[in-house]
Amino acid sequence: MGPGSDEEHHRVQLSQRPEWSDVTPVPQDDGPNPVVPIAYTQEFTEVMDYFRAVYLADERSPRALSLTAEAIEFNPGNYTVWHFRRLVLESLSADLHSELDFLERISEGKSKNYQIWHHRRWVAEKLGPESANTEHEFTKKILSIDAKHYHAWSHRQWVLQALGGWECELNYCSELLEEDIFNNSAWNQRYFVITRSPMLGGLEAMRESEVLYTVEAILAHPENESSWRYLRGLYRGEAALWVNDPQISVVCLKILRSKRNYVFALSTLLDLLCHGLQANQDFREAVDALKTSDLDKHDTDLARTVCSILERIDPLRANYWNWRKCMLPQQ
Amino acid sequence: MGELVTEKHVKYILATEKRKDDFESVVMEHLRMSGAYWGLTTLDLMGKLEAVDVNEVVSWVTSCQHESGGFSGNIGHDPHILYTLSAVQVLALFNKLDIIDVDKVTKYIVSLQNEDGSFSGDIWGEVDTRFSYIALCCLSILHRLDKINVEKAVKYILSCKNMDGGFGCTPGGESHAGQIFCCVGALAITGSLDLIDKDLLGWWLCERQVKSGGLNGRPEKLPDVCYSWWVLSSLIMIDRVHWINKEKLTKFILNCQDMENGGISDRPEDAVDIFHTYFGVAGLSLLEYPGVKPIDPAYALPVDVVNRIFFNK
Repeated sequence: MGPGSDEEHHRVQLSQRPEWSDVTPVPQDDGPNPVVPIAYTQEFTEVMDYFRAVYLADERSPRALSLTAEAIEFNPGNYTVWHFRRLVLESLSADLHSELDFLERISEGKSKNYQIWHHRRWVAEKLGPESANTEHEFTKKILSIDAKHYHAWSHRQWVLQALGGWECELNYCSELLEEDIFNNSAWNQRYFVITRSPMLGGLEAMRESEVLYTVEAILAHPENESSWRYLRGLYRGEAALWVNDPQISVVCLKILRSKRNYVFALSTLLDLLCHGLQANQDFREAVDALKTSDLDKHDTDLARTVCSILERIDPLRANYWNWRKCMLPQQ
Repeated sequence: MGELVTEKHVKYILATEKRKDDFESVVMEHLRMSGAYWGLTTLDLMGKLEAVDVNEVVSWVTSCQHESGGFSGNIGHDPHILYTLSAVQVLALFNKLDIIDVDKVTKYIVSLQNEDGSFSGDIWGEVDTRFSYIALCCLSILHRLDKINVEKAVKYILSCKNMDGGFGCTPGGESHAGQIFCCVGALAITGSLDLIDKDLLGWWLCERQVKSGGLNGRPEKLPDVCYSWWVLSSLIMIDRVHWINKEKLTKFILNCQDMENGGISDRPEDAVDIFHTYFGVAGLSLLEYPGVKPIDPAYALPVDVVNRIFFNK
């Protein structure tokens, strides 16, 4: 709470500071009968009263700039203060490298904030491609604390497309996935890279190596929703190729035979069957071995059996699996 | 398991007005317009909107409109598309849409559409599919949807569709339940739901339900009451809500209540706030919980309010 929390800070009230003696603070106008009146702390009240004064006077001075910094430290969500700060930065032709330092400082513990990220993007855009590295390092830092940070990933994608730096991105995804193979954001970024990187040749060119990578990830953790979706995504728009790639059906079979964490293996098998996969006896045996005791041992339709098992072992989504069963062609 | 402690929630919302020296509230000052929307809509859903003075609200909302036509989060703040929608929604609750200059608001929103069909939040240019939803929802309520390029708006939203069937904040952005609600809502409002793969998206959405019965926003994340709205309303808009276990979700939301002091939190045992109180009650509304008025999944306003907007014109 309050500015400069990381230092031994004796904060002087604005009304006590000589450089502000010519300014009359402007109190918050909540209207005659505030609908959702907010309770304030004294320090915050004072900073905002002075901010309002410079904002209404449109004073674009160095002291106004530092005042916006104080206001932001109290409440980084206050978008009006950020707007005004940008106007002041522009008017002063301020050094935007220092602005990045400022952002770095106040981002500590406040990273879930749209305004900070938007301001950062504004600064980086003005600095241009020279800031690509800094931006990659910054997002990397945030992601090292929270590897699924939505704003950080969004910013990183913008940086790649606007300022470059694609070279190491696939490796970075691999690193993150090594730390946490369940990181859906990292899988999404991986897809982003293989489909959009100007250095990699596109989805088709990457498909083979990516299938190998993903199959390995699936075998290590078959309960990982992200890896299964990624695998399917590698064949986006190419259902026939997907059905006919033996690696897909083989990985399903392996997991079914292991009898552990096979929900996604079953649902993928179901999808394959619905797309025309001709399943051999190996599949029938593996699925039969998973049948729960209440299921009809004589129901020979493989797809129906898969749906029935899923209804039992994934009861939260029983209605969904039942719907899938109803959608199967009548035998 | 508890029931919905309506009276406590009403007290909690109204008490927020009277609370002093609460630093928590300090950080909400600039988004008071959205806070008002969350609080007032929740009151209306519980049939208690009359506890609030219409004239006070309307006069304050009016004082937040700027020359540009946009509304700010509070007096003394800059206009933004977020608070423009919240303002319009609040006025709709009170059937006071006639007090605003519709042409001006329209002009403001139209000015925020970009070449590629996307929308910016304000003059500073942040682009996000949230703003697409807001623009379309707002203009639809004001019967001015024809003033923007709807085709391009839809095209941009579709460009944010991912291979898992979900939607992100920008093209290539990770699928996230909040962004999905915005994109599905926008497509619903523009009559373009046929452009969604409902089965694929429906499955992604129902996979958000975890063992506790709650919903998360992305794979392998924790459940949060706000997803009870975003996931649920999306499922309803694409006619797939029966794919989740409604009973378990209801239990999860009810467990997030503060039974003593009112209010709802993101997950059981955490601190409550207005934001999650709204989403919890709105979620229960979608689940047809007794005593809660029905809410429109696309407009996020009570159904009777939406009917008034579109059928009494």
